Amino acid sequence: MTGTNPLNGPAAPGGKATSAPLLGRDTEPTLFELSHPGRRAWSFRTTGIPELNIEELLPAEHVRSEPVPLAEVSERDLVAHFTRLSHRQFSVDLGAYPLGSCTMKYNPKVCDAVAALPGLAGVHPAAPASLTQGWLALMVEVEETLCEITGMAAATLQPAAGASGELTGLLLMRAWHQAQGAPRHKVIIPDSSHGTNPASVTLGGYEVVTVPSDARGCVDMEALASVLDEDVAGIMLTNPNTLGLFEEDIAEIAAAVHKVGGLLYYDGANLNAILGVVRPGDMGFDIVHMNLHKTFATPHGGGGPGAGPVAVSERLVPYLPGPRPERVEDGAEGKPTYRWFTPERSIGRMHSWHGNTLVLARALAYILVNGGDGLQKVAEIAVLNANWIRQRLSGTFDVPFDRQCMHEVVLSSRNLKQAHGVRALDIAKRLLEEGFHSPTVYFPLIVEEALMIEPTETESPQTLEALAQALEQIAYEANALPTGSMTEAPRNTPVRRVDEARAARTLIPTFDARGEKQA
Amino acid sequence: MKSVGTYIPHTDDEVASMLAFLGLSTIDELFDAVPEALRLQRGLELADGAGEPDVLAHMGAYADLNLARNDRLLCFAGGGAYDHEIPAVTKALAGRSEFVTSYTPYQPEVAQGVLQAVFEFQTLIARLFGLPVANASLYDGASATVEAVNLGVAASGRNTVWVSEGIHPHWRQMLATCAAGTGHRLRTVNLVDGVTVWPRVEVPSDDQPGVLLVGYPNYLGCLEDIPAARAVCDDTGALLVVATDPVSLGLLKSPGKSGADVVVGEGQMFGTDLGFGGPYLGLFACAQSHVRRLPGRLVGETVDVEGRRAYVTTLRAREQDIRREKATSNVCTNQTLMAVTAAIQLGWLGTAGLAELALRCARATRYTRDALVAIGGVTAYADAPVVREFAVRTPIPADTVVERMADAGFLAGIPLGDQFNQGEHGLLIAVTERRTRDEIDAYVTAFAKAVA
Repeated sequence: MTGTNPLNGPAAPGGKATSAPLLGRDTEPTLFELSHPGRRAWSFRTTGIPELNIEELLPAEHVRSEPVPLAEVSERDLVAHFTRLSHRQFSVDLGAYPLGSCTMKYNPKVCDAVAALPGLAGVHPAAPASLTQGWLALMVEVEETLCEITGMAAATLQPAAGASGELTGLLLMRAWHQAQGAPRHKVIIPDSSHGTNPASVTLGGYEVVTVPSDARGCVDMEALASVLDEDVAGIMLTNPNTLGLFEEDIAEIAAAVHKVGGLLYYDGANLNAILGVVRPGDMGFDIVHMNLHKTFATPHGGGGPGAGPVAVSERLVPYLPGPRPERVEDGAEGKPTYRWFTPERSIGRMHSWHGNTLVLARALAYILVNGGDGLQKVAEIAVLNANWIRQRLSGTFDVPFDRQCMHEVVLSSRNLKQAHGVRALDIAKRLLEEGFHSPTVYFPLIVEEALMIEPTETESPQTLEALAQALEQIAYEANALPTGSMTEAPRNTPVRRVDEARAARTLIPTFDARGEKQA
Repeated sequence: MKSVGTYIPHTDDEVASMLAFLGLSTIDELFDAVPEALRLQRGLELADGAGEPDVLAHMGAYADLNLARNDRLLCFAGGGAYDHEIPAVTKALAGRSEFVTSYTPYQPEVAQGVLQAVFEFQTLIARLFGLPVANASLYDGASATVEAVNLGVAASGRNTVWVSEGIHPHWRQMLATCAAGTGHRLRTVNLVDGVTVWPRVEVPSDDQPGVLLVGYPNYLGCLEDIPAARAVCDDTGALLVVATDPVSLGLLKSPGKSGADVVVGEGQMFGTDLGFGGPYLGLFACAQSHVRRLPGRLVGETVDVEGRRAYVTTLRAREQDIRREKATSNVCTNQTLMAVTAAIQLGWLGTAGLAELALRCARATRYTRDALVAIGGVTAYADAPVVREFAVRTPIPADTVVERMADAGFLAGIPLGDQFNQGEHGLLIAVTERRTRDEIDAYVTAFAKAVA
């Protein structure tokens, strides 16, 4: 059943998080239960400012009668509480995190050091350009770098995450079509797409038209042809797609969509696979969003912050959100200066300020350490790792589209479900016990019992072997042990399987609701 | 054997061995599916990889070009981004790599740390805003406002939105940008002497609002009459959305207790760096009746199979990965790390600390305002009460004031530009608890010189 281990050695320890947590599985009280009247952690500067009373400062009708009840804890208790919480949390720094579609690669610490530079972290966003030349110059370098990587003409750095980038792209699409005469009504999306795509299409004022995938896992060209007409504003694609497969007909897709006057939108979720190999602009895309927290290694932060810059082809540049930073070669001593400008037909603004700027700085540092040559290696090893896992596990799990994949592979555990009732969810939970984060499960929706594995380039061959062995062990247990034993997992995690149905049925979104529900 | 790249562990030997396992001889064969004609026929035209110290120096050079850093120019600018104290304890805890390098808690059994921290964040924001439900965060104040308006339109069934001119100009711009897609009809309602004067409503009318959006305090720092806005909503059936400054709520009545259906705000001031504008933190809370229209993620308490308390993202059926084009919002990745940071910072402040913080801001603001308007030619923009921010009219263009004050060591404020009928002579000034009497005295002296 197992492939030959090509590494001629055992799996190395260290890729797993089996050493955490330190002690036991007691629940951690909330901040509110730790609270004790009169305790405090705060301290402020001594200012010498006259200490007027509240009555002298504000009219009574505006003043609250009681302070906001937050919590009252000492600094020592605050530190202990959040440190204990951190011990109940899996992370990239702790172990391998092969969560497909999320590109959970290692986040270099030098990027943290960059984001902490007082000359970047301490700058107010409304300070004039004359006092923030460093930030504008940095942003111009980010924009130019992203345009070279994607093969596009210009970019906005405002969108705060991928979904915000998608909406920005759709509003650009709308503005461009409007300028041609009519905004059109439909946007095409493959059935394998991320859920944010259709949600963004709705917010962009368009109707979603779904096209199916063919037997090879790519866009069904006949189905696409049947929905293409002059009411189609564009198509949203990710390439490689969510099955981890490269859309080989991309040039034909681009030609067909362009022929009816539509635009191509590139969802950059999977950009890591093609860095330096092929560029969205060269594939015919008009609009590209990037997820800097995926491809360019900025930390995911437990669910953000991300950054979702959007790059466009020449004809869409006048519509980009503003203000945008630009370099002015004004010739004084040969030194360029930088200023803000708003494109003449700008769709407007997509952020309170200029975007998730400190995330941009981290991403630029990551790109500079890697360099152009290094980024291509990133893609190559990411694809190598995914294919190695595919090959290594192809005798153990179904591979629905069994051909060379890109940066991620979608396996299916439908064989284990049919034979033993073991679900992808059970496998995911059982893998947690082995010290690995789970793959993405049940996505893409078109694969039954999907297990989507994206190892990324930063996991060593030894870690991949350990991951493969853990998944083999789980498959072995599913076949050999009594049906139902798998549903016990996980047993060694801070909590065991969580009752999600109860959370939705008896909604307790705050500590205060807990008391109400119990009363 | 050397490894392949700075953050790639593989040695060349290992790469060769893995390729052999796949029956391939070159890395290039991994990309056979990419049509040759489309492939980049050259390397990326970017500099070759550099050492980490070189990159730190490169980025440091950018940092050095920024004159407006808050350790060089004393910050009197606000407008939704404030120079508050960030204690070492918040930096240390929020920087823990378990919080920093995890992702959305898809596997709650190994994500209780983030989930519980977000649950505590939601509780803190709900208490602060005076509403029962707060979400796990949105991108920033502007995006939270856009989402609140979307909720309001969906709940009221009417897409006319009355937007107070006192909402942050950037947030209004983003509302207008997004309205191109949603079709919402935005109508700006002007300020008179710093506060919104709502039109009289003929009911029913074609222009009957589905949503009222007002700031408390508003962009110019003024305190609006929330009960009056509530009364307009009661007359028209509109939802009341209030965009607030959460620090000011240390002193002010919670908008949720004054009748707001949705309260939003910018949460940067709870432990997040100024950072030139991002990443920040969108705050969002609403009434119980709107919970199924809530945008973004929500953490709920539940139990595990052994009956132990546990946390999980809930009401997932609203979200885009399940509902796709019928989702309440497209927000997926949000600003969780900033939400965790805010929970830590609010824990550090605590009940008494937040009140003290707001009081210190109010005292410093009053002290500064009184001194500034005593300067010849400088006048208060409005008489409405303020907490921590105020606008003045300057005798010379505000841009020039900012320029001159920078030379004296101050970021003087935010010029209002062509907004609010100030003809380039409006300046918005915020004073936080970090400013001492000596600093403010020096600021006022420099201000007098700058406008003389």
